[in-house]
Parts: sequence; structure tokens; C-alpha cells
Amino acid sequence: MTDDSSEALQAVVQAHRREWGYVLAATVRLTRDIDLAEECVQEAYARALTSWPNDGVPTNPGAWLTTVARRAALDVLRRGTLLRRKLPLLVQDEPEPPASDDDDAGYPDDRLRLICTCCHPALSREAQVALTLRLLCGLSTAEVARAFLVSESTMAARITRAKKKISAARIPYRVPPPAELPERIDAVLDVIHLVFTTGHTAPAGADLVRRDLVERARDLAAMLQTLLPDNTDIAGLRALILLTDARRATRTGADGQLVLLADQDRSQWDSPAISEGAELVRVALRSRPPGRFALQAAIAAVHAEAPSWDATDWGEIVALYDLLVQIWPSPVVALNRAAAVGFACGAEAGLAALAALADEPQLAGYAYLSATRAEFLTRLGRTSEARLAFEEALLLTENDVERTFLAQRLAAL
Amino acid sequence: MSQFLILIYDDENAWMNAAPDVSEQLMQGHMKFGENNAAAVQGGNALQSVTTATTLRPDGAGGFSVTDGPFAETKEALGGYYLVEAADLDEAIALAKQVPVIKGGLEVRPIMVFS
Repeated sequence: MTDDSSEALQAVVQAHRREWGYVLAATVRLTRDIDLAEECVQEAYARALTSWPNDGVPTNPGAWLTTVARRAALDVLRRGTLLRRKLPLLVQDEPEPPASDDDDAGYPDDRLRLICTCCHPALSREAQVALTLRLLCGLSTAEVARAFLVSESTMAARITRAKKKISAARIPYRVPPPAELPERIDAVLDVIHLVFTTGHTAPAGADLVRRDLVERARDLAAMLQTLLPDNTDIAGLRALILLTDARRATRTGADGQLVLLADQDRSQWDSPAISEGAELVRVALRSRPPGRFALQAAIAAVHAEAPSWDATDWGEIVALYDLLVQIWPSPVVALNRAAAVGFACGAEAGLAALAALADEPQLAGYAYLSATRAEFLTRLGRTSEARLAFEEALLLTENDVERTFLAQRLAAL
Repeated sequence: MSQFLILIYDDENAWMNAAPDVSEQLMQGHMKFGENNAAAVQGGNALQSVTTATTLRPDGAGGFSVTDGPFAETKEALGGYYLVEAADLDEAIALAKQVPVIKGGLEVRPIMVFS
């Protein structure tokens, strides 16, 4: 293979990663049929694979792909009366601007429209996540299935059902009006956050981190910020992702074992990501009251900017958790707060804060509650209680890396 | 434009034993809904109580078993419906939000179009 052609193939891979959502969103506008648009976009990428190595990579790959995809769609639509459409056309407000075959001057960016449709409240959260990964990120059904640990046929059925609902229930292909936009953006942010947390600590399996999902979440957050630059909640989520993910390389050792925050090699943290994240936190905290992602990101920033575990400003972290619990009274947040109290005021205080959460039904079966108790009990030398707590945490954990870690802590008692 | 059925599910006891001012408010709410959305509302009815319902199920031998009561026993019973016309689901949801209910809720279902 010549350098040119391998460069061209690399460009196609890049364009798949960066432009899929843009190309698809513009094509859906024309077809008003998601399946048809997906087929045409796939065809455009297939053509790029043969054309770019010979003719060179276009200056604007997204526009090139969109032109090819829309031309393919126009061909189908012109012949189209032959094809019986399975589903009604998508509803959209404005008619599609008149199409011309040689329009490569660029297309309006319809990705916000597409992601708002994927995250419509009439779709289940599972469907929202699946559609977002599939339509905005271009993941195959098999890849989406793998991300959420379900079989490919289950995921295929889920995606088909969701597309059918969009069409049959007349979910409009549009950005909601200003009154409804904040609520919709909240749903979009929840979806991106879910993709991130699923990747950051995989719920089960051999690896702690699913890098592909983390990176998709990063891409989606960056995309959303480009589309709505003034939204502080988006800035907050992006900051949270950047600051948390900046520690990725140090969260596991060479052998894949879990390394606690206290023991991570801080010189290996991704400092450009930390600077960018910290800057975004400042932007995100400007809104009053600060949103939950902004506060979580602020907490991550305190950790990221601390020179060492011992030099961490635990008082600041507890204060941020106090604010977070107010706007987001979730038991998991309360658990994190209790852990911070333990580091700020001593293991005894931490245990007391944890004890207050013992009857929280949402935390029953939550391994981190037992694991945190076990750590504080160990510090206090209450070994037999610590043993029980570690054993309980082990029963509740399905991620292999976390299990190994807990087993080692237990053995070291 | 598409058609949607807005199904009204509510606690029948709450509705039947409602204080006079509450039932008055409910009636007013439905009147107002009809007036404000005259163009969209294609039809609608209140249903008699589920205690008046009769359920028919094929008996597997070519006939039907006929029983007293609704098809499915639920705390909130189907008590009425509106047939509305709307451009899309968001518009139908906006209409449904104006339908008065006491304790229950609303279900929005697109009408199937056969071509």
C-alpha cells in the first residue's frame, strides 16, 4: 500500500469518527426517513474508501460525504415511488431547502436537531442512548450492544422499536422551542453522562475502562458545546469528563490492577486535559445556582489540581458536596460526601456519615457503600468488621478489576 | 396533520366521591379545553364507570365468555378520551397537558393510518 492510500484510508476512519452525525443529520433532513438516510450515508463512506485513495482527500470531508449521501438519497427518492415505505415520513417544520445535485458549498448543521430527536422524552432512556450512539456516533448495532452488555439481537430490536416510535408517534425532527430546550438538553446531557460513566467503570467484564465509550462521550460533549457554546451545563459536563478522564492512564497498573486515587502517579495525569477542564469549570460555575455537572467537575478539579493525595483540600471537597447534595439529593452523592467527610475529619467521622446512609434502599446492593465502610474500619484497626465489609463489597461487584482489588485488600488485613 | 387519541386514566373513586367544587372544576376544565382547542378536537367522550363495563373473551370453542368488569383491573381506569388533530407528538402532548385529571394521568396514542 502506498503512503497516499494509507493516508486516505486513515482520513476515512477519521471522517467516520468526526463527521458521521453531521452527514447523517443533513441526509435525514432530505429523506425524512432514518433508515434510508443511514443506508445512503453508509454508501457515501464506502465510496470515500474507493475514491479518496485515487482522487485525494477532499478539503472538507464532511461536505463531500454529505453531497454523496444526499445524491444517493435523491436517486432513491426519484425512483422512490416504486419502493413502499415501511414507516411514515418524519415530521419537520420547514420544508427542506431545494436540493441541487452539485451543492457542495456546505450544509446547515443539523446535529442538534438529530440529537434532540434521539433524546425525546417519549423514548426510553435505553432507547435514547442506543440511538445517540448509533445515529450521532455511527456505532454499529453490534458495538452498541457490546457497550451495554446485551445481545446484538436485543439491541437491534431496541433500535428498530425506537425508530418506529419516532416515525409512528410523530416525534418531530426539530430542535424544541426555547421553552422546552433546557429540559431536552438536560436529557441529552444525561445520555452523554451515562455513556461516559458506563465507559469510565465498565459495569462488568475484564477491563475497568471502556476507552471507546469514554471517547465517544468526550466527542459528544465537545460537539454539543460547539453547537451551544453559551450553555454552562454543557461546559460543566465537558469539564467533568475531561478532568475525570485525565486520570485514565493511572487508574490501573501495568498488570491491569486497580490503583486508588491516593496511590496514582499524578505526574502521569493528562495535564492539557486538566487545564482545559479547569478552565471550563470556571465557566460552568458562573451560572447561579451552579448545575450538578459543574459541581461534580469542580470536585474533580480539586483532585486534579492537588499536588498529592495528602495535600488534597478535603474541606473544599466536602463544601462542594454539601452544595451538590442540595441540588441533587441522591444517595450516591451522599455516599461520596460521607467518604469526603472521612478524609476531611477522620475515619470515625466518615463512619458516622456512612451509618446515616445504612438504610437507604437505593444503596442496598451498592458495593461502594460496603467498600468505603471497609476502608474506614481498616484505618481504625477494626479488622473483623472490615473483613465483613470487604466480603460484602466483593459479593456486590461484577467488574473483574474491582473484584481483584477488593480481594487483595481483604487478604492484606 | 396526524390524529392522536388522548386517553384519560383516573382514579374512579376520587372522581365519583369528589367534593362538589372539585367536580365543578373538572367540568369547567373540560369545557375550557374544548373551547380553547376547538380546531384540534375532533371528538371525545366521558365513559360510564368501570362497574358498568362488560368484558368478552373468546372461549376457545367458537363462542365468548362474557364477564362483569373491565378488561384489565387497574387503579386508574380509562374514564374518557379525546380524539385530536396535531402536527406532531409535541403538539399532541401540549394538548394532553391541558386535559384536567384529579389523580391519574393521560396516555397519548397516534392513530394508525392505513394506506
